[in-house]
Amino acid sequence: MTEPAATLLSARGLTRTYPGVRALDGVDLTLRAGEIHALLGENGAGKSTLINLLTGAQPIEAGSIHLDGREVRPRSPADAAASGIVAVYQEITLLPNLSVAENIYLGREPTRFGLVDRARMRREAAILLSRFGLSIDPAQPLSAFSTAVQQLIAIARAVDMSARVLILDEPTASLDSAEVAVLFRLMRELAASGMAVLFVTHFLDQVYEVTHRITVLRGGKLVGERKTAALPRLDLVAMMLGKLPSGDNHLQRHAAREPGAPFVTVKDLGKRHLVAPFSAGIRRGEVLGVAGLLGSGRTETALLLFGAERADAGEIIVDGAAVTLRGPRDAIRLGFGFCPEDRKLDGIVPDLSIRENIVLALQARLGWVRRLPLARQRELADTYIKLLNIRTPDAEKPIQLLSGGNQQKALLARWLATKPRLLILDEPTRGIDVGAHAEIILLLEKLRDEGMALYVISSEVEEVAAYADRVMVMRERRQAGMLTGEEVTPSAIIDAIVTPVDMPPPGRAA
Amino acid sequence: MRINARTLPFLATLGVFILLYAVCAIQYPSMLSARVIGNLLTDNAFLGVLAVGMTFVILSGGIDLSVGAVMGFTTVALAVMIEGAGLHPLVSFAIVLVGGAAFGCGVGAAIHWLKAPPFIVTLTAMFLARGAALLLSTDSIPVRHEFYQTLSDLSLSLPGGGRLGLIAMLMLLAFVVGGVLLHFTRAGLRVYALGGNARFAGLMGIDTARTTILVYGVSSTMAALAGIIFSLYTRSGYALTGVGVELDAIAAVVIGGTLLSGGVGGMAGSLIGVLIQGLILTWITFDGSLSSWWTKIAIGMLLFIFIGLQRLILQFSAPTGRTG
Repeated sequence: MTEPAATLLSARGLTRTYPGVRALDGVDLTLRAGEIHALLGENGAGKSTLINLLTGAQPIEAGSIHLDGREVRPRSPADAAASGIVAVYQEITLLPNLSVAENIYLGREPTRFGLVDRARMRREAAILLSRFGLSIDPAQPLSAFSTAVQQLIAIARAVDMSARVLILDEPTASLDSAEVAVLFRLMRELAASGMAVLFVTHFLDQVYEVTHRITVLRGGKLVGERKTAALPRLDLVAMMLGKLPSGDNHLQRHAAREPGAPFVTVKDLGKRHLVAPFSAGIRRGEVLGVAGLLGSGRTETALLLFGAERADAGEIIVDGAAVTLRGPRDAIRLGFGFCPEDRKLDGIVPDLSIRENIVLALQARLGWVRRLPLARQRELADTYIKLLNIRTPDAEKPIQLLSGGNQQKALLARWLATKPRLLILDEPTRGIDVGAHAEIILLLEKLRDEGMALYVISSEVEEVAAYADRVMVMRERRQAGMLTGEEVTPSAIIDAIVTPVDMPPPGRAA
Repeated sequence: MRINARTLPFLATLGVFILLYAVCAIQYPSMLSARVIGNLLTDNAFLGVLAVGMTFVILSGGIDLSVGAVMGFTTVALAVMIEGAGLHPLVSFAIVLVGGAAFGCGVGAAIHWLKAPPFIVTLTAMFLARGAALLLSTDSIPVRHEFYQTLSDLSLSLPGGGRLGLIAMLMLLAFVVGGVLLHFTRAGLRVYALGGNARFAGLMGIDTARTTILVYGVSSTMAALAGIIFSLYTRSGYALTGVGVELDAIAAVVIGGTLLSGGVGGMAGSLIGVLIQGLILTWITFDGSLSSWWTKIAIGMLLFIFIGLQRLILQFSAPTGRTG
């Protein structure tokens, strides 16, 4: 790979705040003409927000973007496209009801005497598509083609709009390996022609295969920019997961404690196409951490454990007896609770009050006939608002008015109100500010000390290493290791995440 | 074959129309006469003009419930302006057309910027227009201006003794202009884009505000034109004119092969949809023994069949999965 030339796009100090959380905090990004540049980070790192600012989908709060040394401030995607910045998303944002040619030229159709010249549009579309290795009839509706072809059509449209900077957001997620190869060849050609390609992905192998440089974001902040060739995979993952240089850890690992009685044991639990069989044991008063990169299967283990997905292999043993989970209701009856990762999608009911959101799970367990008296509901809500320090004037405000951290705490309260024996948490500290991080972690430790069993999925390795008694590491949808006691260190977790799994996953929990 | 799957609803409609006409012609050969055809076009001119506007609205993924009320208001406003204020009909026509366009643009702007469902906004507009019409007058006002007589004398002779009156020509003109605007201009393509997926259209750089305003502006302008046609047709203005015709217009568009969810369909189908409704009414008139309300039942059954057909076509033609 040749050394890319001059700076094409330079973004400095980009900032964007959502209520309660700084989604992007003074981030810099430099793209050089002729380079393929990876943008990496876990969920909530700020990748999407950065793309939204570059493409004008959201207004810039602070900071600047220079393209070819000239300041641009895109107000809309159309505006950004006019200056030469175009994004193509994993979700194809073309229109399935229009023809391929119409999709390519929408908004800039060739006209003749004021009328759209369809014949010319089709001709030019066919020529353009042939440059991208596609020989298809541009008069066909877009919906007639596979996702991979639609993706290439989207890129053809973007490039034809005289894009200087092409942003590809998870373009390979729904492609097979042959289609990925075609896409990579195209990306290299486009870069060679002097464009800059920003490649957002969570497939690290692809990053090493195709990119020149890497920019890593974490928690809305820039972690750093490196040359791909000079960044070992171990260091890259450490950047993504926020491992600090050794000796710099401010989080103190707790002292070893007497383990409680075994509570839940999972033996070779798995589901085809979801996650390979894994095994783990959780005792009362113990935190089992689950670490892994995005897409490693970490959330899927929780779905199986909570009955949200039905396992087709293995068994779950609770208090010495094997149980079958036909659905989350069975899990709730056993005393399991589950705080999902995306609280907007799976968790909170935005229009209901904080009180109603808190009593939801408890009421569901009681059934709708035995309605909780209002006084009891108020008492519960007030108790947890005080206990978890949820910042709100009163319990009757709609939950959507709270900040992310406080929503997360209300969601926790919902499950705590059911007095669960096992609480499953998926990324409990994602998308909330630093102060709320510490509060949630203190709370987890308190619950653990009271004897609750906790199953915590997290991409914050420093935090997991501090509060987890054991850590299960996931990689490529299979169990890649189980760390216990003194083995639980940020470095060991990252080692396990990066080391390829050669042998079948261990069959027995530690 | 994909193209076929998309034009299949239109072809099915055309087939039904031809079949229906054949059955009618066998039973009553005089239905083939130019006079009957001329009357078919004239009697349904206002509905056709409404359907032109409604085609834009439904293709954009919306609905416009206000067109019947806007048409009713227009007939009263014309009668008041011509008979009460003594304005020349042509001046009055210009005023109601501009007023209709402005009203529709307001509706479109409200839908876009209030992010309100078109159903609610146009329902509100329907009440406003109907209420305003009743405020102007609760009685039917006859229009006796001689220019109306001049206009109704304008006609093209059809072979076989029939004649194509001005209002039938206006309807056909509306279909031609609407069809060109929809199928051969950038603005028309934007309407399809909006109906395909409004968010994606925005990401692709389409000005969704302008397109929404255009769509409802066209719809209300057509409603005002339908009001002019109805005023010429009945030579009067009455506030309760056109109660429920918005639903007939929607039915015509859907029978014509346009998907109620937007994005797929076209102008020619809507014309056929209108003519099918007119044909059923004509046939019932020829029969003489049936109540004219059978038209509604026949339309209802046709709609049901067509919606079922569209569902089936969608299921068979979209195995790759829609990204919307």
